[in-house]
Amino acid sequence: MAEKIKAKIMDANKIRRVLQRLTTEILERNRNLKNLVIVGIRTRGIFLGKRIAALIKEMEKIDIPVGVLDITLYRDDFSELETQHMVQKTEIPFPITKKDVLLVDDVLFTGRTIRAAMDGLFDLGRPKTIQLLVLIDRGHRELPIRADYVGKVLPTSRKELVQVRLKEVDGIDEVLITEPIEK
Amino acid sequence: MNPETSLEFRHYHLLGIEDLEASEIMTILDTAESMAEISRRDIKKVPTLRGKTVVNLFFEPSTRTRSSFELAAKRLSADIVNFSLPTSSVVKGETLKDTVRNLEAMAIDALVVRHASSGVPHFIASFCQSHVINAGDGTHEHPTQALLDAYTIRQYKKRIKGLKVVIVGDILHSRVARSNLFLLRKLGAEVVLCGPPTLLPPEFSKMGAKIEYNLEKALIGADVIMMLRIQRERQKANFFPSIREYRHLYCLTPERLKLAKKEAIIMHPGPINRGIEIDSSLADSVQSVILKQVENGVAIRMAVLYLLLGGKERETAD
Repeated sequence: MAEKIKAKIMDANKIRRVLQRLTTEILERNRNLKNLVIVGIRTRGIFLGKRIAALIKEMEKIDIPVGVLDITLYRDDFSELETQHMVQKTEIPFPITKKDVLLVDDVLFTGRTIRAAMDGLFDLGRPKTIQLLVLIDRGHRELPIRADYVGKVLPTSRKELVQVRLKEVDGIDEVLITEPIEK
Repeated sequence: MNPETSLEFRHYHLLGIEDLEASEIMTILDTAESMAEISRRDIKKVPTLRGKTVVNLFFEPSTRTRSSFELAAKRLSADIVNFSLPTSSVVKGETLKDTVRNLEAMAIDALVVRHASSGVPHFIASFCQSHVINAGDGTHEHPTQALLDAYTIRQYKKRIKGLKVVIVGDILHSRVARSNLFLLRKLGAEVVLCGPPTLLPPEFSKMGAKIEYNLEKALIGADVIMMLRIQRERQKANFFPSIREYRHLYCLTPERLKLAKKEAIIMHPGPINRGIEIDSSLADSVQSVILKQVENGVAIRMAVLYLLLGGKERETAD
């Protein structure tokens, strides 16, 4: 699908600063860091989660475990999809019961991914709390879900796409608003 | 969501390995790898196939395959109904087609079929709306067994291409051998079939296999040794003089195993006849991955159910 770039919202520097601010907020709110675990939602949530863990390590000298959650099996639109999604691995090699779980995703949109992710987490244990961190909140919620840590609130139209690109997967750090070109 | 994770698996039924592309086989194996984690959780269940109904339609006895499909369906939250011959209306004279039509009238989504006659799943697929999965038809194919075997080989050997796989036993009657031969050739392994000439027709060489009647010769340099069960129920026609003679020539013993590569793995689709096709000590040895095959079977069947039952508009089989 062809698309045109409408605006560049963040570059590498901006992303780095935003993650630093969010990390400070996390440290402020979580007094007991030893109880904190990070779970990144595939794909880009994993790398944001890992960067935050690295920042916490830098500031507080504490290793926070980072797990990976694949939500494909928890989607609510499973029987309506035109094409199927590849199921990928969920890798959370530590117990989450009684833990403070920091769920990390790149973009918060309808809230359905987060609903699916929470269902997935509850199948793995009973966390004490779940907090949500997103780099971009683009609005248009369809469920009563909000993020605890937001990098940037970005009002968008439904037609637009918000693309978070990260070095680890895309070779570059940036956030773009794009729009599909209609033929 | 992420376009890079979307996939297209363009099959409505799983009737055999022969119909699959190598890339589709890899998709099933990769999906199974993700499914395996679910069976290691405390809560071994995900909600993916909630509301779907799967029927196990087994006209032949089975413990492994039937319970493996049942667990796979349950771990994906599908409902499953077990149909077995002795308690069904088939004994009252109902035809196969009527049986299937009646089951379909109860709004089911998938049929897992095992039958003693080759081609029955294809026949059922020709008139029914549900997804049909072949769980073994006569001497034809047993696709999920070949898939779980490939998954197990890949798990231990990290690859399939270029490996030497020796399949030993009653090749003539074995649907497992046929499905494995198709699959392993598609993925680029070397397949050597071995057994008494009466149970190993030379025509198999046309399917890309090497034929070797001498077990010692066949085993030299093998990476994978797959022993097949001697199907005693099919031995009334005297394919070999006696079990004792078969054992003498084709039983996998510790001495013979030394001819294969040191790190070769021993596989068997089960049920095993200890002391006939495989020495009892080898079946329980460190090189044996027989129970791993059973474990992997659940993940493979979860992957197959997921790939067939998901999505909206799918191509129907011809």
